[in-house]
Amino acid sequence: MSGWSCRGVRFRYPEADRPALDGVSLEVAAGACTAVLGPNGSGKSTLLRVLLGTLRAEAGEVALDGKPLAEWTREAIARQVGVVPQGEEAVFPMAVRELVAMGRYPHLGPWRREGDADRRAVERAMRRADVLAFASRPLSTLSGGERQRARVARALAQEPAALALDEPTAALDVSHEMAIFELLRDLGRAGTTVLLVTHNLNLAARYASRLVLLDRGRVAAQGTPAQVLTRETVERVYGWPVRIDPHPGPGPDAGAPQVVPLSGEACAGMTARGDTDVA
Amino acid sequence: MKPAARLLLLAGIAVVALLVAVRLGAVPLSLRQVWDGVRGSGDATTIAIVRRLRLPRAVLAAMVGGSLAASGATFQALLRNPLAEPYILGISGGAAVGAVFAIALLGAAASGGIVAACALAGAVLAIVLVFRIAAVVGQALDTRILLLAGVVVGAFFNACILLALTFADADAFRSAIFWMMGSFSGATWRGIGLLAAAMVPGLAVLLALARPLNLLSVGEETAAYLGTRVERTKLLAYGTASLLTASAVAVSGVIGFVGLVVPHVVRMLWGADHRFLLPASVLAGAAFVVLADTLARTAAAPTELPVGVVTAFVGVPFFIYLLRRRAA
Repeated sequence: MSGWSCRGVRFRYPEADRPALDGVSLEVAAGACTAVLGPNGSGKSTLLRVLLGTLRAEAGEVALDGKPLAEWTREAIARQVGVVPQGEEAVFPMAVRELVAMGRYPHLGPWRREGDADRRAVERAMRRADVLAFASRPLSTLSGGERQRARVARALAQEPAALALDEPTAALDVSHEMAIFELLRDLGRAGTTVLLVTHNLNLAARYASRLVLLDRGRVAAQGTPAQVLTRETVERVYGWPVRIDPHPGPGPDAGAPQVVPLSGEACAGMTARGDTDVA
Repeated sequence: MKPAARLLLLAGIAVVALLVAVRLGAVPLSLRQVWDGVRGSGDATTIAIVRRLRLPRAVLAAMVGGSLAASGATFQALLRNPLAEPYILGISGGAAVGAVFAIALLGAAASGGIVAACALAGAVLAIVLVFRIAAVVGQALDTRILLLAGVVVGAFFNACILLALTFADADAFRSAIFWMMGSFSGATWRGIGLLAAAMVPGLAVLLALARPLNLLSVGEETAAYLGTRVERTKLLAYGTASLLTASAVAVSGVIGFVGLVVPHVVRMLWGADHRFLLPASVLAGAAFVVLADTLARTAAAPTELPVGVVTAFVGVPFFIYLLRRRAA
């Protein structure tokens, strides 16, 4: 069981004129999937880094599993939370299996060698993320989707209580994107806490039980998909006219709110907002 | 082949390289003579050649080669840059400034020990300068800024060297140039002892950091998420690799190419896991430099070639061959 809670979190990058996060309070429930949404620059990735302790909030409280983040060591966090960060580029040749095996490091420390349990965890993680077929191929020969699944496998090899992913499907085609979301749903059903940053409102509405919508560093709305993805809220935050339709099914997602952005002509009458030119 | 077997193979190659180095020279020695010389049971000339000339020289070459290769592998991982090498943060420039000033100011009075001490002081000065520039108080050590600081400090020291050489007399000028080309001709057991004092703990630290280095070579954020205390690890690894390089440069001058090419060759052959890459680089670097120095001594005897020329002439074609083999 691992969940996050934060109260009044504020963070400002050096030399930025406004804080990237300002008074953010939220709960990431243990054993459920929570998606963080918001326009570009709204603070999604920053929030994720604050929750993971790679950025330190200048005000407010962040707790993981009920314990203030400052009391966690990096090793302890890594044993609880597997992370799939947004961009990473291995410069030197490395096989998929080697990358995935790195997920065991937090359990091994600097000296201990991999045992049978570690090798089994690596195999299991590769099977779940569907990368076994190319386990010994070098990363550089993989497609973007395969590489992303290898990173997911590495996070799974940590056997974490919680999984945090920063736009894991940004560069993937429909089938690979769906495969990752299905995997997240399976993990969630097995009791893993999932914290997901994504731009895909519709998949978030289908696969996450709670949404947090950020707008310029503040929480614009949080709650169930139906509570957050209302026409009024989405139009206000994204500055674009939308229609909200229920997902027609079939499948377990029937009825989930789906955001349909309308064409530019439908924008007439809306007030321009921020950098979005809707005239 | 298992990693342990590969390391044994490399160690065997390094030992053979040492034997070849002790056998070859103006007076070729048989294996039996080498063995007698090492034990001190042969004739006095053979004992002197083995114990005072060739063996210390070969051992020093091996240690410098190993240090530079391990340091190069570390810098490449930390900077996530295949072109990184031990001298990339201006250490060679700092060492050269120290050595050249000692030679230019003291002239013939500058013994090997004094030049080495000044070179070490210059190298440490360069390390401190680069880190002071790059590490803004309270902020993370930015790798890109570190790289730029190294380049800038190196350029400044090169200017200092040119300035010192301008006012040096012909003899000092020649000695300074020869120092900068790198050589093991001044090898003594005392110098070896001093280098070992830096090298043994330095290599131990780097080996202990092998797993964090694996993670850092993928990315700093990823490394943090897999449990690495990134800033502490970076500082420790940079500091250790820098001091290793500084000690190697102080005793042997600037020997290029070893720290760049040896880790790459090991990676291309056997992968990038630092638990294997670091010890394998030490052994391969040692063997490579010992053989290069033997070639430098004997190829155009009695003229001695700069060992850096040999490491480049041998290493570059081999590296190109490996690159092309991989591309095919």
